[in-house]
Amino acid sequence: MIWQIDVIILVMVIIIAIGVISIKNLLSVGILFGAYSFMMCLLWAIMGAVDVAFTEASVGAGVSTVFLIAAIFRTSRGSKD
Amino acid sequence: MKIIGIITILLSGSIMIYSTLDFPEWGDPLSPANTHLSVYYIENSMPDTSVPNIVTAILADYRSYDTMFETTVIFAAGLACFLLLRNFRKKKKEYSLYRHIPTGVTLKIKNSADLADDTKLFQRIDSTWVPFDLVTRTASGLIVPFIQIFALYVIAHGHHSPGGGFQGGVIFGAAFILFAISYSLRESLKIISEKTAVILSCVGVMIYAGTGLLCLLFGSNFLNYGSLAQILFTDPVSARSLAILFVEIGVGLAVAGVMIWLYYNISSSGKYNQGL
Repeated sequence: MIWQIDVIILVMVIIIAIGVISIKNLLSVGILFGAYSFMMCLLWAIMGAVDVAFTEASVGAGVSTVFLIAAIFRTSRGSKD
Repeated sequence: MKIIGIITILLSGSIMIYSTLDFPEWGDPLSPANTHLSVYYIENSMPDTSVPNIVTAILADYRSYDTMFETTVIFAAGLACFLLLRNFRKKKKEYSLYRHIPTGVTLKIKNSADLADDTKLFQRIDSTWVPFDLVTRTASGLIVPFIQIFALYVIAHGHHSPGGGFQGGVIFGAAFILFAISYSLRESLKIISEKTAVILSCVGVMIYAGTGLLCLLFGSNFLNYGSLAQILFTDPVSARSLAILFVEIGVGLAVAGVMIWLYYNISSSGKYNQGL
């Protein structure tokens, strides 16, 4: 485990998480959730949990982003609060 | 109100971070989790099941109940989405858009229920249709078979490499979702209809539970694969390895079916007339 990469990814995770709760445009939030899942996937891979990383990449970054975007597409694109 | 929320979040967050100090060091060989259970799995999973990937051996054999109900949870999620969103009523105001291919003129036809979807002159399009989709269509058409082959590899090779039924099923479903996005929902409904997706997912759950029941029939506990050696004509160790493959195929079918079903319901808001 290279700690510099670890720190960079953890900082990215925090930045993306803050972005997700502060951005009003729900489509960007959906994409950011995908980025968040991908960062978590990298973290799992660094920690040696390859199976978990694989699941996170396919479910979190792949399919659930599509579902979120499909749901936003069929409802409304802006957040009210 | 906002300030109270921020204070609550900060408080609970700092308590959580403070409590992580009590965790054992990352990869500590003397931590409680690593002294009893992990040692057993590392030493015995290969002689017990002849599966090199310990994670697969644990998920599909030692903790088989867990995985079975996980699959059932996925199926229940698909079912819940279906019950919430599926809309069988056909509104009378419904219209369809047809594009006259030689001229590019779009026609809006009311009450078009008995018209064909595609003819040589007219192509049915969605309200979100955009021209010049040749590149996306060709590229995804080329890549979809490779994604499917990779998904099958992930399911079949779960014994030796990371992956297994769950990941492979998701990738297999994602291939169809990519097809449905790049072409249209109607095109993908022609290839794998709603009924087929649902039957796939039901069959997947049944394969898993059926493997467990077979073990009961041959005189051992539910999901204790060793007793299947009598019908597979092998020793109990290889029988466990083979039964893990059956179970993974079941999980893969169930997850792939549910992913496609979920996508159909969400993207068309339950009407199945037009997708994304």
